[in-house]
Amino acid sequence: MNRRNLIYAILALVLVTSPAYLNAYWVDVLNSVGLYALLALSLNVILGDAGMYNMGHAAFYAVGAYCGAILNTQFDVPILWALPASAVAAGLFAVLIARPVIHLRGDYLLIVTVGIGEIIRIALINDVFGITGGPNGIFGIDRPEIFGFRIRRPHEFFWLIWGFVAITLFLFHRLHHSRFGRALNYLREDAVAAEGSGINTGRYRLAAFVVGAAWAGMAGNLFAAKMSIISPESFSFWESVVVFMIVILGGAGNMAGVLLGTFLIIGLPEMFRGFASGRMLVFGLVMMVMMVVRTQGILPPGPRKFKFLGLKGEGGKAS
Amino acid sequence: MEEFFQQLTNGLAVGGIYALIALGYTMVYGVLKLINFAHGDLFTLGAYLGLTLLTSLGLSDHVGPFTGASILALMVMGLVAIVGMLLERTAYRPLRESPRLSAVVSALGASIFLQNSIMLIYGAKFYVYPQDVLPRTTIEIFGVYIPLMRILILVVSLVMMAALYLFTQKTRVGTAIRAAAIDQGAAKLMGINVDRVIMLVFLIGPALGGSAGLMVGLYYGQINFTMGWIYGLKAFTAAILGGIGNIPGAMVGGLLLGVIEALGAAYISVAWKDAIAFVVLIAILIVRPKGLLGERVAEKI
Repeated sequence: MNRRNLIYAILALVLVTSPAYLNAYWVDVLNSVGLYALLALSLNVILGDAGMYNMGHAAFYAVGAYCGAILNTQFDVPILWALPASAVAAGLFAVLIARPVIHLRGDYLLIVTVGIGEIIRIALINDVFGITGGPNGIFGIDRPEIFGFRIRRPHEFFWLIWGFVAITLFLFHRLHHSRFGRALNYLREDAVAAEGSGINTGRYRLAAFVVGAAWAGMAGNLFAAKMSIISPESFSFWESVVVFMIVILGGAGNMAGVLLGTFLIIGLPEMFRGFASGRMLVFGLVMMVMMVVRTQGILPPGPRKFKFLGLKGEGGKAS
Repeated sequence: MEEFFQQLTNGLAVGGIYALIALGYTMVYGVLKLINFAHGDLFTLGAYLGLTLLTSLGLSDHVGPFTGASILALMVMGLVAIVGMLLERTAYRPLRESPRLSAVVSALGASIFLQNSIMLIYGAKFYVYPQDVLPRTTIEIFGVYIPLMRILILVVSLVMMAALYLFTQKTRVGTAIRAAAIDQGAAKLMGINVDRVIMLVFLIGPALGGSAGLMVGLYYGQINFTMGWIYGLKAFTAAILGGIGNIPGAMVGGLLLGVIEALGAAYISVAWKDAIAFVVLIAILIVRPKGLLGERVAEKI
C-alpha cells in the first residue's frame, strides 16, 4: 500500500515538474492528455463504476463545449465562468435523453448512445436553433482569465487543465468510496441483488449518468477555452470510441488505470507522429491484442476492501 | 405521386442493401451475442475488392455484363468471407470466454484495423466505379421511371435473403445454426460443432456484406474507406428494428429502414437523412425493445 502511494507520488512529481523541461509542443500534448483524462474519468463513473455501456460520451462533451462557446461569444460571459453552466447543460441534457433509455440492457444502451451521439453531431452540423454555426462551428472564443491573468500559452493551460484533473481525481476518489459509489458497484455486479437490497437502481443509474455527463460538459468547456474554436468534427463517433477504449483498456472502475490508459492511448501515439498513416492501423491491432492478452484492462480494480469493527476482509471473501 | 413512387423504389433498393448487411449482424449477434463492429468494414472491403477486380479483369468485355457481374459478385463474396473467417479466428475466438466488453473493444479495434488497412492500400481518396458495368437503362411503369439498377439490386438482395432463409430453415446445417443461437451449451450436447457453426456464420455474413458493398459501388458509383461504419450502424439499426437475432426480421427491418429514410429525406430534409435512422432506432428501443419480429425480449432491469 505504501509502496503504491510512493509510486503515485513520484509520478505526480514527474508530471508537475514536466513543464519545466518540456517544450511548448509536448506540453500541449500533455494538455490534450489532461482533457482526455477528464473525459475518461467522467465516463469511468458511468462505464466503470455503474457498468453502463455509454458510447456516445462525446455528445455531453459537445453540449458543454457549445454551451460555453455560445455563452462566451454571444453573451460575453467569461469562458471559465461558464463552467457551471456547461456542467448544468450537459447534466440536464443527460436527464432528458437518458431517462427513457436508462433501463436498457448493455448492448442496447451502447447502440442507443451511439445513435444519440450521432444525432447531436448531425444537429450541430445542421446549425440547429441557428446558434451552433453549422459545419464551421464557433470561433473567436475568448482566452480564459483567472484573477486578471490571461491564460494563453500551453504552459499556462497546463496548470488550468491538470489542476482540474487533480480536483476531479480527488472528488471522484471520494465519490467512489462513498455510499453512492458503493451502490453503483453493487449495481454493476448484480442489478437484481442490488435492487433486492433496497437500492433504487433506476435512480442510481440516472444519477451516475448525470454526474458523468456534467463532468464531460465541463471538460468540453475547457476544450473550447483551449482551442478557442470548436466545430462538430471534434465530437464525432470516434471521439466517443476513443474515450470508451481508454476506460476499458486502462481498467474500468480504476482511476489510476484510466489515467494510465489516457497516457498510453493519447500521449504515446504522439511519439510516433512520423508514421502518421500507419499509426491508426497499429492502434487497432494493439486494441485487439490487448483485449486478448489482458481482458480486464491494464490495471483492473482490486476487490473492494471492507472494514467492519476492525475486522479486515476482502470483497466476496470471508475475513 | 410519381415522386412518392420514385422515392419508394429508391428506398427499397437501399433497404435491400441494408438488409444484406443487417443479416451479418443479426447472425453474429444471434450466435455470439456480440455487436460485430468490424462488419461495416468488411462491407467496405467488398466495395474495394469489387472495384479492383472490375478494373483489372475487364470481365464484362468477355462474357457480357450480367454474367460478368455475377462472377464478380461471387469472387468478392468469397474473398470477403475468407477475411471474415480470419477475423473471427484472430479477434473473436480468443475472447469467447471473456467479459462482453472486451469483445466489443476487440471488435472496435478490428474495425479500426480494417478501415486503416484499406486506407493504406488504396489511399484516402474517393474512388469512382466504372459506369459501364451494367446497362444504365430506365424502365417506365405506370408513368414512374425506375432505373434498371434499382430493380436489379432489390431482386438480387431478395433472392440472396430468400436463399439464406431457406438454408437456415430447411437444411441440417441451418438447423445447427439456429440451435447454436438458442443455446450453445445445449447445442454442443446434441453433438453440434459450435466452432464450425460460428465459422460458418462468419463466412455467410461477410459474404453477404461484401456483396452489398459491391452493390453500393455499382449503384452510387462512388466509394470511400470510411463509408463502412455509417452503413454498418444503419444496418445494425435495421437488425434491431426487425428484432436482432431474427433473420426474417433483419430483411423486413432493412427494407423498412431504407423506405423510411428515403421518404424522410424526400419529405422532411436531406440534411437530416442520417439522423432519421437513429431516431427510428431510439424510438423502437423505447417502445418495443424486441423489435418488430423479435421473440427474445431485451432484458429489462
